[in-house]
Amino acid sequence: MKIDENITMHQQDMQKVSVRQKVVKILVQVALYAFLILMAIIVLFPFYWMINSSLKTLDEYRLSVPTFWPHVVMWENYVNAFNTANLGRLFFNTMYVGIVSTILSLVITVLSAFAFARLEFKGKNILFAGLLATMMIPGELFTITNYGTVSAWGWLDSYRVLIVPFLVSVFYIYLLRQNFLQIPNELYLAAKVDGTSDLKYLWKVMIPLALPTLISITILKMMGAWNSYVWPNLVTRKEKYRLITNGLRNAFTETTGDVNYPQQMAAVALVSIPLFLVFIFLRKYIMKGVSRSGIKG
Amino acid sequence: MVESKSSWKAWLYLSPALVLLLIFTVWPIINTVRMAFLENYSGLEAIGGRSFSIGIANFTKVISYKKFLDCLKTTVLLCVITVPVSSILALLIAVCLNSIKPLSRMLQTIFFLPYVTNSIAIGMVFAAMFNIIGNNIGSENEIITTAGIINNIIEFFGGHAVNWINAGSTYAANMTVMIIYIVWNALPFKILILLGGLQSINKQYYEAAKVDGTSRKRIFARITVPLLSPMIAYVVITGFIGGFKEYSSIVGVFGKTMGPAGADKRLNTMVGYIYDSLSLNRQGLASAAALILFAIILLVTLVNLYVSKKKVHY
Repeated sequence: MKIDENITMHQQDMQKVSVRQKVVKILVQVALYAFLILMAIIVLFPFYWMINSSLKTLDEYRLSVPTFWPHVVMWENYVNAFNTANLGRLFFNTMYVGIVSTILSLVITVLSAFAFARLEFKGKNILFAGLLATMMIPGELFTITNYGTVSAWGWLDSYRVLIVPFLVSVFYIYLLRQNFLQIPNELYLAAKVDGTSDLKYLWKVMIPLALPTLISITILKMMGAWNSYVWPNLVTRKEKYRLITNGLRNAFTETTGDVNYPQQMAAVALVSIPLFLVFIFLRKYIMKGVSRSGIKG
Repeated sequence: MVESKSSWKAWLYLSPALVLLLIFTVWPIINTVRMAFLENYSGLEAIGGRSFSIGIANFTKVISYKKFLDCLKTTVLLCVITVPVSSILALLIAVCLNSIKPLSRMLQTIFFLPYVTNSIAIGMVFAAMFNIIGNNIGSENEIITTAGIINNIIEFFGGHAVNWINAGSTYAANMTVMIIYIVWNALPFKILILLGGLQSINKQYYEAAKVDGTSRKRIFARITVPLLSPMIAYVVITGFIGGFKEYSSIVGVFGKTMGPAGADKRLNTMVGYIYDSLSLNRQGLASAAALILFAIILLVTLVNLYVSKKKVHY
């Protein structure tokens, strides 16, 4: 009897413990989700507020009690913003600079990475180490002299001034070289024996194998053109050559006070949406590229 | 055979990159050092035929300028607050994301969104959120006013509205806005890196800890953090490097004036100072400031590496 009682009590204890463990586990999960969802709301809030504000009338925006969805949806704000900020021209310039610099940059990067990964020449390692060392230097240090250089050449207010100085990225060369190195050298030697030229080998074997890295570079480069502010601001005065970020900032100089925020937010949304679309479709490549680069734009 | 033949080819393939690097990277390094040590160097005056004596006047001048010291103060303050805050927050979010299953992918995508934005554009959104419309309250032509959505939220929870970024706002209020924006902006990259690190930790460590009945806190402190320490170090170092170069996020919120109305340049940073000197054609000062910035970044990175060498477990 007594022993039996003990056993049942013990079982009850065990059950209690396991019930408690389950409760704790559920509570922890609830806490995790609560925290994550709260943070997600904070992260998303500016985007929501951008869209919400961009669709309001100015009077509704000014109301002292905010509305969380516009009473009257003002799509006209977008049309007005597009015209006020001359976004058509800015979009075209940015795409043009982005595409041209991406293509040229890819060619230069592939050739250099190939030389560093596959070919032997004197001083290769020292040269490569020297290039990597320049990555530590803040870009602002180059800007001072580069601005002087391009002004002396009479390049101010042109497309080339927005493209040429940034064609070579040591980081991309490094990234692609690492990728090329993973491709077995035997393939290259076999191709040599068959009499395949270097360029044909590059085109037929190396580039297809390194395609994910090349796509990552392309996206980062395009995002760079979309987000660059300082250099274009410095070297372009004429409306004709402005890029999107400068145009946006210059079209709406006032940030505080009683400015036409709905229209301003509409312009901001128009500039942000293409980036979101690219992100949705190419999420994998962006995240991969970013996690290896640690750079923004 | 292959080696001797491919030597000239290698230089051929490298030539476009090397030519551009010589012009836009190597020459600027040399030239920056040169200009920094030519006293009061100005590009415009140099074209006019003026010669400059060699010395360290640019450095002593820059350091003695109150304007520069203010920039330095703002930059350092932003750095030492935003880097730890964003790193700890990112670590918490990454650990939480790693221990849930449903919704995990969706939340990951949400947390990454701020990365794919334009820091000027979203800066303008933050300005709108913190802005108070109607500075002329109480005057005759008073306009209908909103205190701004952030103030609305603060008032909803029983707080008092704050003048965050409008004319007459305090430095502390301005900095708070910038800190919130910079942390918001810095989270995605850090979460991505830390989550990647967490996912690569061998599950066996956790199973062993489970068998031993180790508490969650202890697992976090004794397994997760040590095994994640290389990624934490990476995130902190890149955070500091980026933080010392803070500039465009401030242009986003405050515009080119780098401060609220009536207090231009109040939030100027070191990079901002360099560009200001450049636009005034004072390349000597700009170069000296750029070299100081480089030295600071190098020093902070070395200190970080030294600390992490002692603390990081590889």
